Amino acid sequence: MAQYLALTYTPDVDWWAPEHADELAEYRRFGVEFAGQVTASAVLHPTPTATVVRVEGARGGQVVTTDGPYAETKEALTGYYLIEADDLEAAVAIAAQIPAAWNGAVEVRPVIVAK
Amino acid sequence: MHFDAVAETIRIEGTRILATLIRTVGDVQIAEDAVQEASLAALRAWPESGVPAEPRAWLTVTARRKAIDILRRERARVDKERQGSELLNLGSAVVEPDHVVQDDLLRLIFTCCHPTLAPATRVALALRTLCGLSPASIGAVMLTSEAATAKRLTRARAKIAAARIPYRVPAEAELADRLPAVCAVVHTLYTAGHAPADGESAYDLDLCTEAIRLAELLHALLPTQPMPAAVLSLLLLTEARRPARLDAAGDLVTLDHQDRSRWDAAAITRGITLLNDSLTRSNRQADPYQLQAAIAAEHARSPTYTTTDWPEILRLYTLLLTVAPTPAATLAHAVATAEAQDPAAALALLPQTPDARTRTIRAELLARLNRHDEAIQELTAALAEPATTAERRHRARRLAEFKAQRTT
Repeated sequence: MAQYLALTYTPDVDWWAPEHADELAEYRRFGVEFAGQVTASAVLHPTPTATVVRVEGARGGQVVTTDGPYAETKEALTGYYLIEADDLEAAVAIAAQIPAAWNGAVEVRPVIVAK
Repeated sequence: MHFDAVAETIRIEGTRILATLIRTVGDVQIAEDAVQEASLAALRAWPESGVPAEPRAWLTVTARRKAIDILRRERARVDKERQGSELLNLGSAVVEPDHVVQDDLLRLIFTCCHPTLAPATRVALALRTLCGLSPASIGAVMLTSEAATAKRLTRARAKIAAARIPYRVPAEAELADRLPAVCAVVHTLYTAGHAPADGESAYDLDLCTEAIRLAELLHALLPTQPMPAAVLSLLLLTEARRPARLDAAGDLVTLDHQDRSRWDAAAITRGITLLNDSLTRSNRQADPYQLQAAIAAEHARSPTYTTTDWPEILRLYTLLLTVAPTPAATLAHAVATAEAQDPAAALALLPQTPDARTRTIRAELLARLNRHDEAIQELTAALAEPATTAERRHRARRLAEFKAQRTT
Protein backbone atom coordinates (compact mmCIF):
# COMPACT_ATOMS: atom_id res chain seq x y z
CA MET A 1 0.00 0.00 0.00
CA ALA A 2 1.29 3.46 -0.93
CA GLN A 3 0.30 6.93 0.16
CA TYR A 4 -0.60 9.76 -2.17
CA LEU A 5 -1.41 13.36 -1.44
CA ALA A 6 -4.21 14.62 -3.67
CA LEU A 7 -4.00 18.41 -3.82
CA THR A 8 -7.11 20.18 -5.06
CA TYR A 9 -6.71 23.21 -7.30
CA THR A 10 -10.00 25.06 -7.81
CA PRO A 11 -11.41 28.57 -7.97
CA ASP A 12 -10.42 30.35 -4.79
CA VAL A 13 -13.73 30.59 -2.90
CA ASP A 14 -15.09 30.69 0.61
CA TRP A 15 -16.46 27.16 0.90
CA TRP A 16 -18.74 28.15 3.78
CA ALA A 17 -20.53 30.80 1.75
CA PRO A 18 -24.15 29.70 1.10
CA GLU A 19 -23.68 29.59 -2.69
CA HIS A 20 -21.06 26.82 -2.31
CA ALA A 21 -23.13 24.66 0.03
CA ASP A 22 -24.08 22.18 -2.71
CA GLU A 23 -20.49 21.78 -3.88
CA LEU A 24 -19.25 21.37 -0.31
CA ALA A 25 -21.84 18.65 0.14
CA GLU A 26 -20.35 16.86 -2.90
CA TYR A 27 -16.94 16.91 -1.23
CA ARG A 28 -18.51 15.53 1.95
CA ARG A 29 -20.12 12.71 -0.02
CA PHE A 30 -16.71 11.92 -1.56
CA GLY A 31 -15.22 11.87 1.96
CA VAL A 32 -17.87 9.46 3.19
CA GLU A 33 -17.66 7.17 0.15
CA PHE A 34 -13.87 6.89 0.31
CA ALA A 35 -13.51 7.03 4.10
CA GLY A 36 -11.61 3.74 3.95
CA GLN A 37 -8.90 5.10 1.66
CA VAL A 38 -8.72 8.73 2.80
CA THR A 39 -6.62 8.94 5.95
CA ALA A 40 -6.53 12.73 6.32
CA SER A 41 -8.02 15.73 4.58
CA ALA A 42 -8.40 19.46 4.94
CA VAL A 43 -10.16 22.31 3.26
CA LEU A 44 -8.34 25.63 3.26
CA HIS A 45 -9.52 29.19 3.80
CA PRO A 46 -9.24 31.30 0.62
CA THR A 47 -5.77 32.51 -0.45
CA PRO A 48 -6.20 36.12 0.76
CA THR A 49 -5.82 34.61 4.23
CA ALA A 50 -2.43 33.13 3.29
CA THR A 51 0.90 34.27 4.64
CA VAL A 52 4.21 33.36 3.02
CA VAL A 53 7.00 32.90 5.56
CA ARG A 54 10.73 33.09 4.79
CA VAL A 55 13.77 33.27 7.02
CA GLU A 56 16.55 35.39 5.62
CA GLY A 57 20.00 33.88 5.25
CA ALA A 58 20.02 30.76 7.40
CA ARG A 59 18.22 29.26 10.37
CA GLY A 60 17.75 31.91 13.04
CA GLY A 61 17.72 34.73 10.48
CA GLN A 62 15.11 37.40 10.36
CA VAL A 63 11.59 36.15 9.74
CA VAL A 64 10.02 37.88 6.74
CA THR A 65 6.34 37.44 6.07
CA THR A 66 4.39 38.50 3.03
CA ASP A 67 0.66 38.77 2.68
CA GLY A 68 -1.12 36.53 0.21
CA PRO A 69 -0.44 33.24 -1.55
CA TYR A 70 2.96 32.05 -2.80
CA ALA A 71 1.79 32.07 -6.40
CA GLU A 72 -1.14 33.96 -7.91
CA THR A 73 -2.93 31.55 -10.21
CA LYS A 74 -6.41 31.16 -11.61
CA GLU A 75 -6.85 27.95 -9.69
CA ALA A 76 -5.55 27.96 -6.14
CA LEU A 77 -4.58 25.21 -3.75
CA THR A 78 -7.81 24.84 -1.81
CA GLY A 79 -7.44 21.56 0.04
CA TYR A 80 -5.93 18.09 0.19
CA TYR A 81 -6.69 14.43 0.76
CA LEU A 82 -4.16 11.90 1.98
CA ILE A 83 -5.03 8.72 0.12
CA GLU A 84 -3.94 5.11 0.54
CA ALA A 85 -3.88 3.08 -2.65
CA ASP A 86 -2.16 0.07 -4.17
CA ASP A 87 -0.65 1.95 -7.06
CA LEU A 88 -0.91 5.11 -9.14
CA GLU A 89 -3.84 3.80 -11.21
CA ALA A 90 -5.87 3.17 -8.04
CA ALA A 91 -4.90 6.60 -6.66
CA VAL A 92 -5.88 8.30 -9.93
CA ALA A 93 -9.22 6.46 -9.90
CA ILE A 94 -9.97 7.85 -6.43
CA ALA A 95 -8.68 11.34 -7.27
CA ALA A 96 -11.00 11.38 -10.29
CA GLN A 97 -13.95 11.18 -7.84
CA ILE A 98 -12.97 14.40 -6.02
CA PRO A 99 -15.27 17.22 -7.26
CA ALA A 100 -12.16 19.40 -7.81
CA ALA A 101 -11.26 17.05 -10.70
CA TRP A 102 -14.12 18.52 -12.77
CA ASN A 103 -14.21 21.97 -11.13
CA GLY A 104 -10.47 22.46 -11.43
CA ALA A 105 -7.68 19.92 -11.14
CA VAL A 106 -6.26 17.42 -8.69
CA GLU A 107 -2.52 16.91 -8.42
CA VAL A 108 -1.61 13.45 -7.16
CA ARG A 109 1.79 13.18 -5.54
CA PRO A 110 3.33 10.04 -4.04
CA VAL A 111 4.25 10.47 -0.38
CA ILE A 112 7.68 9.41 0.85
CA VAL A 113 6.89 7.00 3.65
CA ALA A 114 9.49 7.10 6.44
CA LYS A 115 11.40 3.83 6.68
CA MET B 1 32.27 -12.69 -34.95
CA HIS B 2 32.74 -9.01 -35.67
CA PHE B 3 32.67 -6.76 -32.58
CA ASP B 4 29.64 -4.81 -33.88
CA ALA B 5 27.74 -8.05 -34.43
CA VAL B 6 28.52 -9.14 -30.88
CA ALA B 7 27.34 -5.75 -29.55
CA GLU B 8 24.16 -6.09 -31.64
CA THR B 9 23.41 -9.57 -30.26
CA ILE B 10 23.88 -8.23 -26.74
CA ARG B 11 21.53 -5.28 -27.39
CA ILE B 12 18.74 -7.44 -28.85
CA GLU B 13 18.98 -10.19 -26.23
CA GLY B 14 19.36 -7.60 -23.47
CA THR B 15 15.99 -5.99 -24.21
CA ARG B 16 14.27 -9.39 -24.27
CA ILE B 17 15.48 -10.29 -20.79
CA LEU B 18 14.88 -6.81 -19.36
CA ALA B 19 11.06 -7.07 -19.41
CA THR B 20 11.09 -10.21 -17.28
CA LEU B 21 13.76 -8.86 -14.96
CA ILE B 22 11.68 -5.72 -14.29
CA ARG B 23 8.77 -7.92 -13.20
CA THR B 24 11.04 -10.05 -11.02
CA VAL B 25 12.85 -7.24 -9.23
CA GLY B 26 9.93 -4.78 -9.38
CA ASP B 27 12.11 -1.82 -10.31
CA VAL B 28 12.92 -0.50 -13.78
CA GLN B 29 16.15 1.20 -12.74
CA ILE B 30 17.61 -1.83 -10.95
CA ALA B 31 16.64 -4.14 -13.81
CA GLU B 32 18.14 -1.80 -16.38
CA ASP B 33 21.34 -1.42 -14.38
CA ALA B 34 21.62 -5.20 -14.02
CA VAL B 35 21.10 -5.76 -17.77
CA GLN B 36 23.57 -2.98 -18.49
CA GLU B 37 26.21 -4.58 -16.25
CA ALA B 38 25.58 -8.00 -17.79
CA SER B 39 25.89 -6.46 -21.27
CA LEU B 40 29.20 -4.87 -20.36
CA ALA B 41 30.44 -8.21 -19.00
CA ALA B 42 29.42 -9.85 -22.28
CA LEU B 43 31.12 -7.12 -24.30
CA ARG B 44 34.32 -7.81 -22.41
CA ALA B 45 34.13 -11.59 -22.56
CA TRP B 46 32.52 -12.52 -25.89
CA PRO B 47 34.91 -10.94 -28.39
CA GLU B 48 37.65 -13.14 -26.88
CA SER B 49 35.84 -16.30 -25.77
CA GLY B 50 33.29 -16.22 -28.60
CA VAL B 51 29.51 -15.81 -28.32
CA PRO B 52 28.08 -18.60 -26.14
CA ALA B 53 25.73 -21.15 -27.73
CA GLU B 54 22.83 -19.69 -25.75
CA PRO B 55 23.55 -15.96 -25.53
CA ARG B 56 20.17 -15.18 -23.97
CA ALA B 57 20.67 -17.76 -21.21
CA TRP B 58 24.17 -16.40 -20.52
CA LEU B 59 22.87 -12.83 -20.31
CA THR B 60 19.80 -13.83 -18.26
CA VAL B 61 21.83 -15.63 -15.62
CA THR B 62 24.47 -12.90 -15.51
CA ALA B 63 21.86 -10.12 -15.28
CA ARG B 64 20.10 -11.94 -12.43
CA ARG B 65 23.39 -12.21 -10.53
CA LYS B 66 24.01 -8.51 -11.12
CA ALA B 67 20.48 -7.73 -9.92
CA ILE B 68 21.10 -9.74 -6.73
CA ASP B 69 24.30 -7.73 -6.16
CA ILE B 70 22.47 -4.44 -6.69
CA LEU B 71 19.57 -5.47 -4.43
CA ARG B 72 21.99 -6.50 -1.68
CA ARG B 73 23.82 -3.18 -1.97
CA GLU B 74 20.51 -1.30 -1.92
CA ARG B 75 19.24 -3.27 1.03
CA ALA B 76 22.43 -2.61 2.98
CA ARG B 77 22.17 1.07 2.16
CA VAL B 78 18.52 1.84 2.87
CA ASP B 79 17.50 -1.34 4.65
CA LYS B 80 14.84 -2.05 2.05
CA GLU B 81 12.52 -4.87 2.95
CA ARG B 82 12.31 -7.27 0.11
CA GLN B 83 10.89 -10.74 -0.19
CA GLY B 84 13.44 -13.46 0.38
CA SER B 85 11.76 -15.43 -2.40
CA GLU B 86 12.54 -12.63 -4.81
CA LEU B 87 16.26 -13.20 -4.47
CA LEU B 88 15.65 -16.93 -4.57
CA ASN B 89 13.85 -16.55 -7.92
CA LEU B 90 16.70 -14.50 -9.26
CA GLY B 91 19.15 -17.25 -8.35
CA SER B 92 17.43 -19.67 -10.73
CA ALA B 93 19.28 -20.60 -13.91
CA VAL B 94 16.04 -21.42 -15.78
CA VAL B 95 15.36 -19.18 -18.77
CA GLU B 96 11.71 -18.14 -19.09
CA PRO B 97 9.71 -19.71 -21.95
CA ASP B 98 8.78 -17.48 -24.90
CA HIS B 99 5.16 -16.93 -23.85
CA VAL B 100 6.25 -15.59 -20.46
CA VAL B 101 8.71 -13.25 -22.14
CA GLN B 102 5.93 -12.15 -24.51
CA ASP B 103 3.57 -11.36 -21.61
CA ASP B 104 6.33 -9.45 -19.88
CA LEU B 105 7.04 -7.46 -23.02
CA LEU B 106 3.36 -6.54 -23.20
CA ARG B 107 3.40 -5.50 -19.53
CA LEU B 108 6.49 -3.45 -20.21
CA ILE B 109 4.97 -1.74 -23.22
CA PHE B 110 1.77 -0.83 -21.34
CA THR B 111 3.88 0.52 -18.48
CA CYS B 112 6.13 2.49 -20.83
CA CYS B 113 2.99 3.83 -22.53
CA HIS B 114 1.18 4.67 -19.32
CA PRO B 115 -1.11 7.72 -19.61
CA THR B 116 0.41 9.25 -16.49
CA LEU B 117 3.68 9.66 -18.43
CA ALA B 118 4.16 12.42 -21.01
CA PRO B 119 3.86 11.19 -24.66
CA ALA B 120 7.50 11.93 -25.47
CA THR B 121 8.55 10.11 -22.31
CA ARG B 122 6.58 7.02 -23.39
CA VAL B 123 8.44 6.86 -26.68
CA ALA B 124 11.82 7.47 -25.05
CA LEU B 125 11.16 4.74 -22.46
CA ALA B 126 10.05 2.23 -25.08
CA LEU B 127 13.09 2.92 -27.23
CA ARG B 128 15.33 2.51 -24.21
CA THR B 129 13.74 -0.51 -22.55
CA LEU B 130 12.09 -2.36 -25.45
CA CYS B 131 14.75 -1.70 -28.08
CA GLY B 132 17.86 -1.06 -26.04
CA LEU B 133 18.73 2.13 -27.91
CA SER B 134 21.26 4.44 -26.30
CA PRO B 135 20.15 7.88 -25.06
CA ALA B 136 22.23 9.32 -27.94
CA SER B 137 20.29 7.28 -30.56
CA ILE B 138 16.97 8.09 -28.89
CA GLY B 139 17.92 11.78 -28.93
CA ALA B 140 18.58 11.46 -32.66
CA VAL B 141 15.24 9.72 -33.30
CA MET B 142 13.33 12.23 -31.19
CA LEU B 143 15.26 15.25 -32.47
CA THR B 144 16.58 16.20 -29.04
CA SER B 145 19.92 15.96 -27.23
CA GLU B 146 21.45 12.97 -25.49
CA ALA B 147 21.55 14.88 -22.19
CA ALA B 148 17.85 15.84 -22.41
CA THR B 149 16.95 12.22 -23.21
CA ALA B 150 19.00 10.88 -20.31
CA LYS B 151 17.32 13.34 -17.94
CA ARG B 152 13.88 12.40 -19.27
CA LEU B 153 14.58 8.69 -18.77
CA THR B 154 15.90 9.19 -15.24
CA ARG B 155 12.81 11.19 -14.27
CA ALA B 156 10.52 8.59 -15.83
CA ARG B 157 12.11 5.70 -13.95
CA ALA B 158 11.94 7.70 -10.72
CA LYS B 159 8.24 8.38 -11.30
CA ILE B 160 7.45 4.75 -12.14
CA ALA B 161 9.11 3.67 -8.89
CA ALA B 162 7.99 6.47 -6.54
CA ALA B 163 4.44 6.90 -7.80
CA ARG B 164 4.04 3.13 -8.36
CA ILE B 165 2.95 3.01 -11.98
CA PRO B 166 1.77 -0.60 -12.13
CA TYR B 167 3.54 -3.24 -14.23
CA ARG B 168 0.53 -4.93 -15.78
CA VAL B 169 -1.66 -5.22 -18.84
CA PRO B 170 -4.84 -3.12 -18.40
CA ALA B 171 -8.24 -4.71 -17.86
CA GLU B 172 -10.47 -5.30 -20.91
CA ALA B 173 -12.63 -2.23 -20.22
CA GLU B 174 -9.64 0.12 -20.08
CA LEU B 175 -7.99 -1.17 -23.25
CA ALA B 176 -9.71 1.20 -25.70
CA ASP B 177 -8.43 4.20 -23.73
CA ARG B 178 -4.95 2.84 -23.36
CA LEU B 179 -4.42 1.71 -26.96
CA PRO B 180 -3.69 4.99 -28.79
CA ALA B 181 -0.63 5.58 -26.62
CA VAL B 182 0.61 2.03 -27.20
CA CYS B 183 -0.01 2.17 -30.95
CA ALA B 184 1.80 5.51 -31.17
CA VAL B 185 4.85 3.98 -29.55
CA VAL B 186 4.84 0.86 -31.76
CA HIS B 187 4.55 3.06 -34.84
CA THR B 188 7.39 5.30 -33.65
CA LEU B 189 9.58 2.25 -33.02
CA TYR B 190 8.99 1.08 -36.57
CA THR B 191 9.70 4.53 -37.97
CA ALA B 192 12.94 4.68 -35.98
CA GLY B 193 13.96 1.32 -37.46
CA HIS B 194 12.76 2.06 -40.98
CA ALA B 195 14.40 5.47 -41.23
CA PRO B 196 17.18 5.78 -38.65
CA ALA B 197 18.65 9.24 -38.13
CA ASP B 198 22.20 8.08 -38.80
CA GLY B 199 24.50 5.05 -38.88
CA GLU B 200 25.80 2.49 -41.34
CA SER B 201 22.49 0.76 -42.10
CA ALA B 202 19.70 2.28 -44.13
CA TYR B 203 17.35 0.63 -41.68
CA ASP B 204 17.52 -1.23 -38.42
CA LEU B 205 16.11 -4.64 -39.30
CA ASP B 206 15.82 -5.72 -35.69
CA LEU B 207 13.96 -2.57 -34.69
CA CYS B 208 11.54 -3.06 -37.63
CA THR B 209 11.15 -6.74 -36.77
CA GLU B 210 10.62 -5.89 -33.11
CA ALA B 211 8.01 -3.24 -33.96
CA ILE B 212 6.15 -5.60 -36.29
CA ARG B 213 6.31 -8.36 -33.67
CA LEU B 214 4.80 -5.99 -31.08
CA ALA B 215 2.15 -4.94 -33.60
CA GLU B 216 1.38 -8.63 -34.31
CA LEU B 217 1.21 -9.30 -30.58
CA LEU B 218 -1.17 -6.40 -29.93
CA HIS B 219 -3.39 -7.42 -32.84
CA ALA B 220 -3.40 -11.07 -31.76
CA LEU B 221 -4.34 -10.05 -28.23
CA LEU B 222 -7.01 -7.57 -29.34
CA PRO B 223 -8.27 -8.89 -32.71
CA THR B 224 -11.53 -6.91 -32.55
CA GLN B 225 -9.85 -3.54 -31.90
CA PRO B 226 -9.48 -1.53 -35.13
CA MET B 227 -6.40 0.42 -34.12
CA PRO B 228 -3.89 -2.42 -33.62
CA ALA B 229 -5.12 -3.95 -36.91
CA ALA B 230 -4.49 -0.64 -38.68
CA VAL B 231 -1.03 -0.30 -37.16
CA LEU B 232 -0.10 -3.83 -38.22
CA SER B 233 -1.51 -3.15 -41.68
CA LEU B 234 0.53 0.03 -42.01
CA LEU B 235 3.72 -1.66 -40.85
CA LEU B 236 3.26 -4.64 -43.20
CA LEU B 237 2.46 -2.42 -46.19
CA THR B 238 5.55 -0.31 -45.50
CA GLU B 239 7.74 -3.32 -44.83
CA ALA B 240 6.54 -4.93 -48.08
CA ARG B 241 8.36 -2.27 -50.08
CA ARG B 242 11.64 -2.57 -48.17
CA PRO B 243 13.32 -5.15 -50.48
CA ALA B 244 13.16 -2.56 -53.28
CA ARG B 245 14.43 0.36 -51.23
CA LEU B 246 18.11 -0.49 -51.77
CA ASP B 247 19.77 -1.65 -54.99
CA ALA B 248 22.48 -4.32 -55.29
CA ALA B 249 25.15 -1.74 -54.43
CA GLY B 250 23.27 -0.75 -51.25
CA ASP B 251 22.19 2.58 -52.70
CA LEU B 252 18.84 4.10 -51.84
CA VAL B 253 16.17 3.72 -54.54
CA THR B 254 13.39 6.30 -54.43
CA LEU B 255 9.77 5.21 -54.92
CA ASP B 256 9.68 6.37 -58.57
CA HIS B 257 12.59 4.06 -59.50
CA GLN B 258 11.77 1.02 -57.37
CA ASP B 259 11.43 -2.41 -59.00
CA ARG B 260 7.88 -3.17 -57.87
CA SER B 261 8.27 -6.87 -58.62
CA ARG B 262 10.54 -6.95 -55.56
CA TRP B 263 7.73 -5.80 -53.27
CA ASP B 264 6.45 -8.50 -50.93
CA ALA B 265 3.09 -9.42 -52.50
CA ALA B 266 2.01 -11.62 -49.56
CA ALA B 267 2.63 -8.81 -47.05
CA ILE B 268 0.69 -6.39 -49.27
CA THR B 269 -2.29 -8.76 -49.48
CA ARG B 270 -2.29 -9.25 -45.73
CA GLY B 271 -1.87 -5.53 -45.09
CA ILE B 272 -4.84 -4.65 -47.31
CA THR B 273 -6.99 -7.35 -45.68
CA LEU B 274 -6.11 -6.02 -42.23
CA LEU B 275 -6.89 -2.46 -43.32
CA ASN B 276 -10.30 -3.43 -44.69
CA ASP B 277 -11.01 -5.37 -41.51
CA SER B 278 -9.96 -2.41 -39.38
CA LEU B 279 -12.11 0.03 -41.38
CA THR B 280 -15.13 -2.30 -41.10
CA ARG B 281 -14.77 -2.46 -37.35
CA SER B 282 -14.43 1.26 -36.72
CA ASN B 283 -17.51 3.44 -36.69
CA ARG B 284 -15.73 6.71 -36.08
CA GLN B 285 -13.57 9.05 -38.11
CA ALA B 286 -10.59 7.24 -39.62
CA ASP B 287 -7.63 7.12 -37.24
CA PRO B 288 -4.11 8.17 -38.33
CA TYR B 289 -2.97 4.56 -38.84
CA GLN B 290 -5.93 3.71 -41.06
CA LEU B 291 -5.21 6.79 -43.17
CA GLN B 292 -1.49 6.05 -43.47
CA ALA B 293 -2.22 2.39 -44.24
CA ALA B 294 -4.71 3.53 -46.90
CA ILE B 295 -1.96 5.69 -48.45
CA ALA B 296 0.50 2.79 -48.36
CA ALA B 297 -2.22 0.57 -49.93
CA GLU B 298 -2.67 3.08 -52.78
CA HIS B 299 1.05 2.83 -53.59
CA ALA B 300 0.98 -0.95 -53.23
CA ARG B 301 -1.99 -1.29 -55.61
CA SER B 302 -0.38 0.76 -58.36
CA PRO B 303 1.58 -1.37 -60.88
CA THR B 304 3.89 1.54 -61.79
CA TYR B 305 4.85 4.93 -60.36
CA THR B 306 3.14 6.77 -63.22
CA THR B 307 -0.19 5.03 -62.55
CA THR B 308 -0.21 6.19 -58.89
CA ASP B 309 -3.51 7.82 -57.91
CA TRP B 310 -1.91 11.01 -56.54
CA PRO B 311 -5.18 12.97 -56.15
CA GLU B 312 -6.48 10.18 -53.87
CA ILE B 313 -3.18 10.11 -51.95
CA LEU B 314 -3.28 13.89 -51.58
CA ARG B 315 -6.85 13.64 -50.28
CA LEU B 316 -5.77 11.06 -47.69
CA TYR B 317 -2.78 13.17 -46.58
CA THR B 318 -5.05 16.22 -46.24
CA LEU B 319 -7.33 14.13 -43.98
CA LEU B 320 -4.29 12.87 -42.08
CA LEU B 321 -3.14 16.42 -41.41
CA THR B 322 -6.50 17.20 -39.83
CA VAL B 323 -6.32 14.26 -37.38
CA ALA B 324 -2.55 14.01 -36.84
CA PRO B 325 -0.55 17.04 -37.99
CA THR B 326 2.96 15.61 -37.51
CA PRO B 327 6.12 17.01 -39.18
CA ALA B 328 6.43 13.79 -41.23
CA ALA B 329 2.82 14.10 -42.46
CA THR B 330 3.44 17.74 -43.40
CA LEU B 331 6.43 16.73 -45.54
CA ALA B 332 4.60 13.82 -47.17
CA HIS B 333 1.59 16.03 -47.86
CA ALA B 334 3.90 18.49 -49.64
CA VAL B 335 5.40 15.69 -51.75
CA ALA B 336 1.92 14.46 -52.70
CA THR B 337 0.98 18.03 -53.63
CA ALA B 338 4.00 18.20 -55.94
CA GLU B 339 2.83 15.04 -57.71
CA ALA B 340 -0.90 15.76 -57.78
CA GLN B 341 -0.55 19.47 -58.54
CA ASP B 342 2.86 21.13 -59.04
CA PRO B 343 6.24 21.62 -57.29
CA ALA B 344 5.71 25.35 -56.69
CA ALA B 345 2.53 24.69 -54.67
CA ALA B 346 4.40 22.00 -52.71
CA LEU B 347 7.30 24.35 -51.97
CA ALA B 348 4.93 26.80 -50.31
CA LEU B 349 3.69 24.02 -48.00
CA LEU B 350 7.11 23.03 -46.66
CA PRO B 351 7.88 24.20 -43.13
CA GLN B 352 10.73 26.63 -42.55
CA THR B 353 12.50 24.20 -40.19
CA PRO B 354 16.09 23.62 -41.32
CA ASP B 355 16.24 19.85 -40.69
CA ALA B 356 17.92 17.61 -43.25
CA ARG B 357 14.77 15.79 -44.45
CA THR B 358 12.93 19.04 -45.15
CA ARG B 359 16.01 20.44 -46.90
CA THR B 360 16.33 17.33 -49.09
CA ILE B 361 12.70 17.56 -50.20
CA ARG B 362 13.00 21.31 -50.78
CA ALA B 363 16.11 20.66 -52.91
CA GLU B 364 14.20 18.15 -55.09
CA LEU B 365 11.30 20.59 -55.58
CA LEU B 366 13.66 23.48 -56.37
CA ALA B 367 15.51 21.34 -58.92
CA ARG B 368 12.22 20.51 -60.62
CA LEU B 369 11.59 24.24 -60.90
CA ASN B 370 15.07 24.60 -62.47
CA ARG B 371 16.26 26.57 -59.43
CA HIS B 372 19.45 24.49 -59.23
CA ASP B 373 21.60 26.96 -57.27
CA GLU B 374 19.11 26.99 -54.41
CA ALA B 375 18.68 23.21 -54.64
CA ILE B 376 22.46 22.76 -54.36
CA GLN B 377 22.53 25.10 -51.35
CA GLU B 378 19.76 23.14 -49.57
CA LEU B 379 21.30 19.75 -50.27
CA THR B 380 24.77 20.90 -49.18
CA ALA B 381 23.26 22.01 -45.86
CA ALA B 382 21.39 18.68 -45.57
CA LEU B 383 24.64 16.77 -46.13
CA ALA B 384 26.15 18.47 -43.08
CA GLU B 385 23.49 16.83 -40.86
CA PRO B 386 23.64 13.26 -39.48
CA ALA B 387 22.09 10.65 -41.77
CA THR B 388 22.43 6.97 -42.62
CA THR B 389 25.27 6.08 -44.98
CA ALA B 390 22.83 5.18 -47.78
CA GLU B 391 20.87 8.40 -47.32
CA ARG B 392 24.10 10.39 -47.34
CA ARG B 393 25.26 8.68 -50.57
CA HIS B 394 21.87 9.34 -52.13
CA ARG B 395 22.07 13.03 -51.24
CA ALA B 396 25.66 13.29 -52.53
CA ARG B 397 24.59 11.65 -55.82
CA ARG B 398 21.64 14.02 -56.22
CA LEU B 399 23.92 16.95 -55.41
CA ALA B 400 26.28 15.90 -58.23
CA GLU B 401 23.30 15.55 -60.60
CA PHE B 402 21.99 19.00 -59.70
CA LYS B 403 25.45 20.49 -60.27
CA ALA B 404 25.63 18.78 -63.69
CA GLN B 405 22.13 20.05 -64.58
CA ARG B 406 23.12 23.57 -63.56
CA THR B 407 26.07 23.68 -65.95
CA THR B 408 24.13 22.28 -68.94
